[in-house]
Amino acid sequence: MDVQTWVFFIVGLTFLLYIGVAIWARAGSTNDFYVAGGGVSPMANGMATAADWMSAASYLSMAGLISFMGYGGSQYLMGWTGGYVLLALLLAPYLRKFGKFTVPDFIGERYYSKNARLVALVCAIFISFTYVVGQMKGVGVAFARFLEVPFTTGILIGIAIVFFYAVLGGMKGITYTQVAQYCVLIFAFTVPAIFISLQMVGNPIPQIGMGGKLADGTYLLEKLNMLSTDLGFDEYTKNGMQDRVNVFFVTAALMLGTAGLPHVIVRFFTVPNVRGARKSAGFALLFIAILYTTAPAIAVFARTNLIQTVSEQPYADMPEWFTKWETAELISFDDKNQDGMIQYVADPATNELEIDRDIMVLANPEIARLPAWVIALVVAGGLAAALSTAAGLLLVIATSISHDLLKNYINPKISEKGELVAARIAIAVAVVGAGLAGLNPPGFVAQVVALAFGLAAASFFPAIILGIFCKSMNKEGAIGGMIVGILFTTIYIWYFKPQLGGPGTPDQYWFGIKPEGIGTLGMVINMAVAMIISKFTPAPPEIVQQIVEDIRIPRGSGKASGHH
Amino acid sequence: MEKSKLQKYWIKNLQIMFVLLLIWFSVSYGCGILFAETLNTIHLGGFPLGFWFAQQGSIYVFVVLIFAYVVLMNRLDKRFDVDEK
Repeated sequence: MDVQTWVFFIVGLTFLLYIGVAIWARAGSTNDFYVAGGGVSPMANGMATAADWMSAASYLSMAGLISFMGYGGSQYLMGWTGGYVLLALLLAPYLRKFGKFTVPDFIGERYYSKNARLVALVCAIFISFTYVVGQMKGVGVAFARFLEVPFTTGILIGIAIVFFYAVLGGMKGITYTQVAQYCVLIFAFTVPAIFISLQMVGNPIPQIGMGGKLADGTYLLEKLNMLSTDLGFDEYTKNGMQDRVNVFFVTAALMLGTAGLPHVIVRFFTVPNVRGARKSAGFALLFIAILYTTAPAIAVFARTNLIQTVSEQPYADMPEWFTKWETAELISFDDKNQDGMIQYVADPATNELEIDRDIMVLANPEIARLPAWVIALVVAGGLAAALSTAAGLLLVIATSISHDLLKNYINPKISEKGELVAARIAIAVAVVGAGLAGLNPPGFVAQVVALAFGLAAASFFPAIILGIFCKSMNKEGAIGGMIVGILFTTIYIWYFKPQLGGPGTPDQYWFGIKPEGIGTLGMVINMAVAMIISKFTPAPPEIVQQIVEDIRIPRGSGKASGHH
Repeated sequence: MEKSKLQKYWIKNLQIMFVLLLIWFSVSYGCGILFAETLNTIHLGGFPLGFWFAQQGSIYVFVVLIFAYVVLMNRLDKRFDVDEK
């Protein structure tokens, strides 16, 4: 069978699986719909969280990004995993004990204020929506490229699939589908890595293989450093001095952002108790770590293979994948010195080869000449990653609308049945809206994702932390902190992102901090402002202080509920 | 439950958290970023050590930290009789 047939076969099979799971796990009540009935086992929730978390970006783009950045790529690896330690130690158990449905629920009740809830609500919708548009776009691209349908059709297929199981199953359907999607994506990600590791260094474990020896007796990483410096690039493993401040800030912003993203936090409402929430965070990170420790290995293998395949080789001898990606305009070759050979070097004046970073994971099996079914598997994995994240985000948007907005502001007397219908309508509208936005993406989708992380770090993270660990924090402080944090972060990112129309230039960066890392500073400012304001305004009422005391001890955690 | 006991439980909780976060900080920001260049002069098989911490080691430590937290907190809950039945 050729690659195309394999892709149809494997992708079709996985979709049947997801739909089957969704029908089996459909939601019957708001409790099912919002928090999967609160009865998901910690391990299943860990897998679902992992699938929810690992998006098309983690799956398709990250390894490619690292393979071009070398050491600098570490910020993504540490940033997108280290946040789970913060989640597990600082947020998850307490929020589970609090036992409501959403992050705005917590903010609204802890800060005894509808305004606080509204600020949180707007943030939650904004963060999730920018994020989900990128996912829908990823789905569209993947379908378009591999099923050879137009991009529009690709997105429409994606909308149809997510629509089906998210509307039907709510959180319950999504959770169990995500468990299946996790299995597909992790299998698809590790299999090619194992093959290539065996091929290059004779070790079946890629995490160890990347530090292994090649057939000629040199260490793989040493070889790659040598290849890189020969072509004028930095040593692959070198930690550039000038980048240290930025790596520090970007890593911190990604960690804080991870811990503040509503679609991640809400997952810890689905486990039965506090003990489960702690354990579930551990499982989530374990399952995420399998992919995140494999990715840097893939990056090293792919980079080495790539350089060896193309550098100083005749253009006419390039393998089939090279021309295929050239047609897709993701590789371009310009024979500047007219010698018929490919010069791939760091100096832009003489470099003749441009490679899109995003193709590394997809092209990797082909570069390493793996069988066709492995390539098809990688495609199915990419779709699983994009779909699972999209579903989780859409649920947050729907919940924010039906639960936080409708039930709390517009019609508090709505029946449970009515709320469930509203939630289903909201998720349907959100799916279609995100799909349409992905169809016609503003050029800055990728840039806006930086904003989503920055905002999560500068708004939710400090507000929740202070709500748990600082009993005297009052509504004035929390709202003031959130607003200042959000404004500061948004303005800084807008100002220094030319793609968003900002006038700033890199030499004007504060302390040299890139927009991607500014959420860290936003978080600090939020906390400082909140602390100062709370010193000069009345302490929170006795009953709220009682809530704080109560969430600090595990005993008595009930089912999550929306009743006040 | 009386206030002083609750207070004690909370302080113990904070201590556990503090120690674990200290380790969290030193492996990622310490070994992986701030001192990576120095550590890179040491080799762990084919890995420069700083690079290994940044792309592998810190992630393993993160996983261990959360499970350590689970065990320590479950034990603490039992000792103070605030665990879930």
